[in-house]
Amino acid sequence: MSVGGHAAGRGVGEIATARFQAGQKVRVKDARPERVARLHLRTPHYVRGRMGVVERALGTFPNPEDIAFNRPAEPRVLYHVLFDQPPVWNEGEPGDTLLIELFEHWLEEA
Amino acid sequence: MEMPEPAPAQHDLGGNPRFRCTPVEPDADAPPDDFGKRVDALRVVLREKGLLTTDEQRLNIESLPEAEYFGLTYYEKWLRAIAAVMLAKGAVTWEDLQ
Repeated sequence: MSVGGHAAGRGVGEIATARFQAGQKVRVKDARPERVARLHLRTPHYVRGRMGVVERALGTFPNPEDIAFNRPAEPRVLYHVLFDQPPVWNEGEPGDTLLIELFEHWLEEA
Repeated sequence: MEMPEPAPAQHDLGGNPRFRCTPVEPDADAPPDDFGKRVDALRVVLREKGLLTTDEQRLNIESLPEAEYFGLTYYEKWLRAIAAVMLAKGAVTWEDLQ
């Protein structure tokens, strides 16, 4: 569902600096900064505060939160993070998963 | 007293029951018409000239009033967003667009 999104393998930069490794548990920051100002956030509301597992680092990309406002954009590492689906929307079968593209600055060690 | 959870941004639709069971239209079933092709061509020219990024365009689509966000066609939303960015940057004036 990534319209013009970051397809795997098309990372624009090296990922040697990736903070998280494949298989590592992470928690998505439980932040709602859009309450404060008009921002361009690519982290869906339904995974904020949730635990997931890093599937892999996809590459580094200029931070869309800055590009959207025509500001200089630092490269940030983008990951595929896997979540159990049933608790997210209270539906689905055990084993159903959600795979979401998330930037490193939205993740913390779990 | 706990504050109620604010509604997510209007484009952040995952899990929203309003759209559950709404069939998805495959791209192949809705190729762009002439209007859509012209809007896309305009987007490409502006991007090549460094006047427009994808994220600027998305931000302005997602900021449309709710009635327009859910009422306009796909390329109508693109054009609205392109116009918003060009106006904000002074690349065009609102009088130019009349």
